[in-house]
Amino acid sequence: MSEFLQQLINGLSLGAIYALIALGYTMVYGVLRFINFAHSDVFMVGAFVGYYAIEKWHLPANSIGGGLLALAMAMAICAALGVLIERFAYRPLRGRSTLSVLITAIGVSLLLQNVAQNRQIGFGPNPKAFPNLFPYSNFHLGALTVSSNQVIVLIVTLVLLAALYFIVNHTRTGTAMRALSFNPTAASLVGINNDFIISFTFALGSSLAAAGGILYALNYPSIDPLMGTLPGLKAFVAAVLGGIGNLPGAAVGGVVLGLVETLVVACGGSTYRDAVAFGVLILILLVRPSGLLGKAEREKV
Amino acid sequence: MLEIKNLSVSYGAIKALHGVSLSVKPGSIVTLIGSNGAGKSTTLRAVSSLVKVQTGEIVYDGKNIVGLPPHKIVARGLAQVPEGRMVFANLTVQENLMMGAYLQRDTQAIRRDRDFVFGIFPRLQEREKQIAGTLSGGEQQMLAIGRALMSKPKFLMMDEPSLGIAPLLVKTIFEKIVEINRQHGITILLVEQNANLALEISHFGYVLETGRIILQNESAALRADPKVRSAYLGG
Repeated sequence: MSEFLQQLINGLSLGAIYALIALGYTMVYGVLRFINFAHSDVFMVGAFVGYYAIEKWHLPANSIGGGLLALAMAMAICAALGVLIERFAYRPLRGRSTLSVLITAIGVSLLLQNVAQNRQIGFGPNPKAFPNLFPYSNFHLGALTVSSNQVIVLIVTLVLLAALYFIVNHTRTGTAMRALSFNPTAASLVGINNDFIISFTFALGSSLAAAGGILYALNYPSIDPLMGTLPGLKAFVAAVLGGIGNLPGAAVGGVVLGLVETLVVACGGSTYRDAVAFGVLILILLVRPSGLLGKAEREKV
Repeated sequence: MLEIKNLSVSYGAIKALHGVSLSVKPGSIVTLIGSNGAGKSTTLRAVSSLVKVQTGEIVYDGKNIVGLPPHKIVARGLAQVPEGRMVFANLTVQENLMMGAYLQRDTQAIRRDRDFVFGIFPRLQEREKQIAGTLSGGEQQMLAIGRALMSKPKFLMMDEPSLGIAPLLVKTIFEKIVEINRQHGITILLVEQNANLALEISHFGYVLETGRIILQNESAALRADPKVRSAYLGG
């Protein structure tokens, strides 16, 4: 039983990170109807901003204040990066076929990875040890061990989800996001500046990815320029699992995927953890392609 | 108030409008009638900047608005109730109305405008918390008009407000259109396939055929015109 609870906690903190990334995929899909494959690399940049904040910009390590500041910096820088990517890579293709945008997204992803791998202008290709942003300790509850980083992951995720929920459901800009995702033409006819709302969506999604990157790096010893690929794909699976375009779905999908993966590992199948995640994708596409919480949407012609 | 001069619009290789000119005087209801595919909706879409204008001018309040983005046109007081209603079916009635007031900043004024809309369409008040997608077609049309009114338009374009609505409600909605015009002084450009009704409530009418204006006159005169009668009023 305690073994099960232990895995549940591990799965939740992994799932929380997937959920944060998945929200970005699903929000962008909501407003532009395409998968932003560069999103996983924004996640990577987020982790690297956390690294630089401590190693180069000399924020205090092992401190709550320094850690939160690094988190805030990563979120702000990635929000700006997301807006720039949209402005210069995707906006010129507005109104073109989704396929063109999708290929561009893959191009942006490769660009970010290669810039990051470059020794002169980027971080270089080698993995780097991620500093301890926050003070670290283990809490023991009976037979359970919870690390302080896991607690931070859960708290930060909950706070960010609550903030996102509030923004999307109770602010004018958030309501405009939902309006735009339902019908962009009608949105522009009530005076919504669609380009602004799309930029805002990218800022929001990218800042969540940055938070995800930092939280992910806290629980894994090293970071490298290709670190975004696998978590990014998993989060994409989570977004599809929950129903692409559906915000609560992305959160639920992330948590479910994190739990499934952790339980597979706990049952001795660690070799198959990635295979299981993508098996989930195949299964959901076969059985319920609109996702757990998604509604079937007819393609408009 | 609105002056369209020699407007041409193409969808790819297909030319939808060939030099349409029309004008709408302040305070009037002007209707644009014609059969399916004549270019009625395209004309409205061009005014709202939803399609690209190839040649011609659209002068509103003395300024050429061609090339402005759609949201800037709304900001000038030129709103449209689009064809097919296009309410935000995923939002509540209340949220739809708030989106109509997207460009308004004064919360007290927004509340007054909302009460004004509820005064015209009491049904919307009863349904305030309901998701718009669950409303009937007629109620959605009321919401679409209400949402457009929330932007405080001086000039309102309506695209086929009678389409797909129960006949009884069509009458109500047309009465409301007249009310919006007479009592609240909003100028209206109405596109309709139901030419009979449209000519009944409007002051002036234009007949559009395959992208060209073929007739224009006082609405009463158009209703008496034998050509219009045989082609659009069922004999």
